[in-house]
Amino acid sequence: MDWTALRLSLQLGSFTVLLLLPVGIWAGRRLAYRDFRGKGVVEALVALPLVLPPTVFGYYLLVGFGAASPIGQVWHSLFGRPLVFTFEGLLVASVIFNLPFAIQPMQRGFEAIPREVREAAACCGMSPWQALRRIELPLAWPGILTAMVLGFAHTLGEFGIVLMVGGSIPGETRTIAIAIYDRVQAFDDLAAAQMSALLLAISLVTIALTYGLSRRVGRRLG
Amino acid sequence: MARAPLLHDRLVGAISDETEPDRTAASFRSSEENCSIPTDQSGFTRSEPLAGRFRHIGIRTSASLALVAGIALLTIAGLARSAFADEPPTVAAAADLQFALTEVAAAFAAETGLEVKLAFGSSGNFARQIRQGAPFEMYLSADESYVLELSRDGFTRDDGVLYAIGRIVVIVPDGSPLEPDGTLRDLRAALADGRVQKFAIANPEHAPYGRRAEEALRHAGLWEAIEDRLVLGENVAQAAQFATSGSTAGGIIAYSLALSPKVSARGRFEPIPEAWHAPLRQRMVLLENAGATAGRFFAFVQAPRARAVMRRYGFVLPGEGS
Repeated sequence: MDWTALRLSLQLGSFTVLLLLPVGIWAGRRLAYRDFRGKGVVEALVALPLVLPPTVFGYYLLVGFGAASPIGQVWHSLFGRPLVFTFEGLLVASVIFNLPFAIQPMQRGFEAIPREVREAAACCGMSPWQALRRIELPLAWPGILTAMVLGFAHTLGEFGIVLMVGGSIPGETRTIAIAIYDRVQAFDDLAAAQMSALLLAISLVTIALTYGLSRRVGRRLG
Repeated sequence: MARAPLLHDRLVGAISDETEPDRTAASFRSSEENCSIPTDQSGFTRSEPLAGRFRHIGIRTSASLALVAGIALLTIAGLARSAFADEPPTVAAAADLQFALTEVAAAFAAETGLEVKLAFGSSGNFARQIRQGAPFEMYLSADESYVLELSRDGFTRDDGVLYAIGRIVVIVPDGSPLEPDGTLRDLRAALADGRVQKFAIANPEHAPYGRRAEEALRHAGLWEAIEDRLVLGENVAQAAQFATSGSTAGGIIAYSLALSPKVSARGRFEPIPEAWHAPLRQRMVLLENAGATAGRFFAFVQAPRARAVMRRYGFVLPGEGS
């Protein structure tokens, strides 16, 4: 068992979820409550990572964030470290690739709040923040939690992008999914088996949680 | 609660119909008319936000907040990690060193108390990653041309040093229909009579050991016959895994891997004549950003203790005959 890789994956998953939480709440609410020109396009773009091959995404990140790219150079001048082949690069990749997993369940969660409830909150004189905190978030929490669970589990399992923009640097970009691949090449079948079993267990828990939570959202809608 | 289906539409209409300065007043008015909830006991003032404004402001503030939070977190993540400046250096090493260099690093840790982090892969991939800014401090290539090219383009301290000459072997897993025969005679016969369905080598595109395997197969005149049956490992360690998994008839891999108990337990092997391919001149180098620990490890790999390990893994060392 590669504990460094496990810790790194857990770190990456936590940071990804933390970053996606505000983004998902904002985008989920906006998509749930408002109709605007190009909404369909936005929704399609959000869903794109679901079908985009990870290596394609990885390739563009490598080109877009690489040491020769403008973004890569700005980042390097700010932090003195490159963006690709580092933890931060993985984090950026992971946030973008998890957008559909975060936004879609949150959007469903906010959509499930009846419009008149929100209007009542506004009529009662609640400030936007009060309404968000006391009305909307308590009602939408199954969707939000589903998003976080899915995002976290998906980050743990992501392989293609991590391999392309991360390399396999111990303690930096060697996540647990990469470590399994690495251990197989090192003829260390025991470690590979242990880590695979762990990821299998995490995936099962994720599925159980997601299904349980989505049933809650469904009940409220009905 | 009574449903007020018109409220929302009216608010939206009010907002989009009015010009900027009137927006507040319009939405205020229309909500005022429709809102049927008594608010005097609620404790909230009514003068403030109303549904139209509410959504608008809410979304805009949460958008900027999300952005600020995101940038803040990313900065924290970045700073937190760059703070670990005295972390052990990361060493990129050709996959044929998987077992040998792991032992050398353990000996280094025992002797100096210093740690290095090892990443194994194909030399070609590492060269590309180094060009793209991967934070390695030392690079052990299986092919010196990668090191010399990196040096020419200013990614390294100097030209580095030759640390070993590698060999390739043909390996067959237990139960394979193939005989491990360094001169590939049985492979030729097996290709003819169909005993070989799959045969593993490393990818010649970016793995030096794959390239030497291809040269040896070409030298034996078997390349055309075997090309369609090749399974390509991303690096020579993966090729070794493929070659000994039992799913292939065998493969051509690094001698240093075959000599590891983990690999030799799975099959039998025989070296391929050195004259059949260009020599595997393996060169290592300190990269531009190398720190003191990397420098000491670089020296350690050339010291007697490390050389003894390398010799045990079948490498011919610079300055020594085979």
